[in-house]
Amino acid sequence: MRKNWIVYPYFGWMIAFTLIPLSLLIFFSLTTQTNQGISFSFDNFQRFFEPLYLQVLFRSLLWAGISTLFCLVLGYPSAFILANLKLKYKNTLILLLVLPMWINFLLRTYAWLTLLERRGLINTLLGHFGIQPLSLLYNDFAVILGMVYNFLPFMILPIYTVLSKINQNLLEAAGDLGASPWQCFCKVIFPLSLPGVSSGVTMVFMPAVTTFVISRLLGGGQYTLIGNLVEQQFLTVGDWNFGSAISMVMIFIILLGMSFTSRYEKTQEGGGLW
Amino acid sequence: MVKNFLKKSYLFLIFAFLYAPIIVLIIYSFNSSRSRGSWEGFTLDWYRAMFRDRQILSSLYYSLIIGALSALIATIIGTLAAFGIQRLKRFLQNTVMNLTYLPVLNPDIVTGISLMLLFIFFHLKLGFMTLLLSHITFNIPYVILSVLPRIKQLDPNLYEAALDLGATPSLAFKKVIFPEILPGIISGLLLAFTLSLDDFVISFFNTGSGVSTLSITIYSMARRGINPKINALSTLMFLSVLTLLIIVNLIMARDESNKKRRQNLS
Amino acid sequence: MKKILSSILCAALLGTLLLSGCDKPLPKLTVYNWGDYIDESVLKEFEKQYKMKVIYETFTTNEDMYVKLKSGGSSYDVIIPSDYMIKRLSDEKMLAKLDFKNIPNYQYIGAAYRNLGYDPQNQYSVPYMWGTVGILYNKKMVKEKPESWEILWNKKYAKQILMLDSQRDSIGIALKKLGYSLNSKNETELNAAKAALIEQKPLVLAYVVDEVKDKMIAGEAALAVVWSGDGVYCSRENPDLEYIIPKEGTNLWFDAMAVPIGTTNKKAAEQFINFMCETKIAYKNADYIGYASPQTEVFKKLPKSLTENRAFYPQAEDLQNSEVFTDLGSMLKVFDRIWTEIKASK
Repeated sequence: MRKNWIVYPYFGWMIAFTLIPLSLLIFFSLTTQTNQGISFSFDNFQRFFEPLYLQVLFRSLLWAGISTLFCLVLGYPSAFILANLKLKYKNTLILLLVLPMWINFLLRTYAWLTLLERRGLINTLLGHFGIQPLSLLYNDFAVILGMVYNFLPFMILPIYTVLSKINQNLLEAAGDLGASPWQCFCKVIFPLSLPGVSSGVTMVFMPAVTTFVISRLLGGGQYTLIGNLVEQQFLTVGDWNFGSAISMVMIFIILLGMSFTSRYEKTQEGGGLW
Repeated sequence: MVKNFLKKSYLFLIFAFLYAPIIVLIIYSFNSSRSRGSWEGFTLDWYRAMFRDRQILSSLYYSLIIGALSALIATIIGTLAAFGIQRLKRFLQNTVMNLTYLPVLNPDIVTGISLMLLFIFFHLKLGFMTLLLSHITFNIPYVILSVLPRIKQLDPNLYEAALDLGATPSLAFKKVIFPEILPGIISGLLLAFTLSLDDFVISFFNTGSGVSTLSITIYSMARRGINPKINALSTLMFLSVLTLLIIVNLIMARDESNKKRRQNLS
Repeated sequence: MKKILSSILCAALLGTLLLSGCDKPLPKLTVYNWGDYIDESVLKEFEKQYKMKVIYETFTTNEDMYVKLKSGGSSYDVIIPSDYMIKRLSDEKMLAKLDFKNIPNYQYIGAAYRNLGYDPQNQYSVPYMWGTVGILYNKKMVKEKPESWEILWNKKYAKQILMLDSQRDSIGIALKKLGYSLNSKNETELNAAKAALIEQKPLVLAYVVDEVKDKMIAGEAALAVVWSGDGVYCSRENPDLEYIIPKEGTNLWFDAMAVPIGTTNKKAAEQFINFMCETKIAYKNADYIGYASPQTEVFKKLPKSLTENRAFYPQAEDLQNSEVFTDLGSMLKVFDRIWTEIKASK
């Protein structure tokens, strides 16, 4: 066997920058600082299982779920229509769809502040119609809107990719065998698009659960999602042990989610998006 | 016909939703008043102010440098790694691939924090180096994911054929293997650069000493309230990205038509 | 294609080398201060006069600053925290003793600002600004003039109230409203304050720090908790806004400049502190950010309309019920937990 030396730099990097940090995280989560020094305990995890923090977890999962659902409901039809478009400039439309994804994520979130404020654009326009200013910012609505807005293209693209690769002959065959368009969709198209759907759901749900920027900027500091909780523990309160424990819980949730969706995925191809 | 119209309007609404905030940002970057409810006249003042803002310019500089360097280094390490992984035995290969996925799967906040713990534990001062190291770390898996499929698709016979025809191993590599995997390397490089530019969370936890990226600067400015300088910045960024994508698209279209022409001729 | 790529890379590398080379010669000074708390032109003046580069970073609350400093990841030469935080840092031996020979402008600091509780022998800090915490309200949106912290719990102003996203300030206000001390270490009192803040949560529009100014000026909210200087700035920008100190009393605070132990530039740090105490510079800052300066010459130069305003420059009688924050010591963990629970609750 030829010596496989070229993989060693990567091994080294991985150990240094992935495995060691992870072990530090595990170490911090299992220890607490007491007056006598460091002691091993499950206190941090126990504290997480208090009702207050479980509520935070539940809220994060719920909102991520709602945002994912909205993204799916809005995104699937878009992907479907796009895939079936016979226009010359289909590629341009895809380009335009991808463009917002390339704009800085923070700027996209910040953009909504101008629109949603009490004296912002939307309320000003509504005011012309005599409608009282709506409370559109710093509430559930704003945060979920922010999540849907940021992650929608991530739902549309994978579904579009899979839909556009569906062999047209299959559809023709189904039609020849007497299926109505609706049956065609339910029995042929939708099942075939499931890998794309599962890809999209993964790419929306995971970041949605763990975000802290969207809830911070659009939620006005009132919404503590699990990401905010971790950030707060590390940067404001300084309780790294509790923060690490919460991080471990987050990793666990993600791994759990991945094991569900991997049932629908076939072989992993490069990049995932392109 | 109605169905067609409905479909197109639905798409239009979705695109309107995606672009409305960006358009608003751009329009307000020219508003001479800071108020978001009224338009008080066209001005380029905010653009001027933005170019004078030390912090914005310095963070732009750092974002670009870190993006380019981390993408480059990650591509080199990642490509080598992809070759190495390809030659591993089945079990080890699977383990390594799973570990490679870890930074990709991990919420970025966890990656950011774990790296911060690493740097602090080893008494490294948070600054340019730690920022660069973090970016390289999260970029490498994406490079591997871009290059590995290409390597797997390589026809092993081509390399042997080249050697049989008298090429030295390095010439064979340069002329046979490298061009085949080049698209994967390029897409890995671009992907890494983009991710690096867009990253906020990991940079947020791993920088210091006045080194700030664009995302971090925007975040701290946004937390102070609405500032039209940010609008000016976003307009310029939007235009740059648009231009870039158009150029890339044109190049790709030209490549396609060149290929078609060559096929037609032969 | 390859040629283009390699030439771009070469250009990038060259660019990096050239640009990074530009920064090398000047010594650097890192200053860590509150956000929006300086007239940035004074930094440029300092750089010109002392031939140094100033790296200026900001924090939003004392607690954020403490964690950043403690974690050891960054090193700062000058920090400008508040009173109780200075006490905590000096107790934890994280501050260097200042060499006042390098700070001759200290003579201008008024007697009332020396030998305060948090630095009794004046060894570690030089006062920068002082002020109070109070209620900023929009006269057009709030009909009755607020006199008590109670107004922030008034259901009439639901979703029109902005609270400070700062642990000690918010818990302190709740304690004051209930008639307790800001520095209470009594668990019952603290739990009552926690309950009050949780009760208030549905009425709060947002927990903000620096955004509060922009929002109040734009008329996005009717009431806000602000620091006094922000009150000055806001009422200047929007004449409908007024700042008052509630009758139950409030927090009287002092921010001061200190030098952390890890610094390599102690002399430069002290020169910076001295520079900030120069009358011309201190005046610029006080004028720009609106906070009260402890520098006596500055006080004389500021317009009477400002210095005679009891809300911004309170006299002793106005401050009867007000307290300075003290370091909580071991109770800190309890405060941390309470704040986490308040933020996390619905």
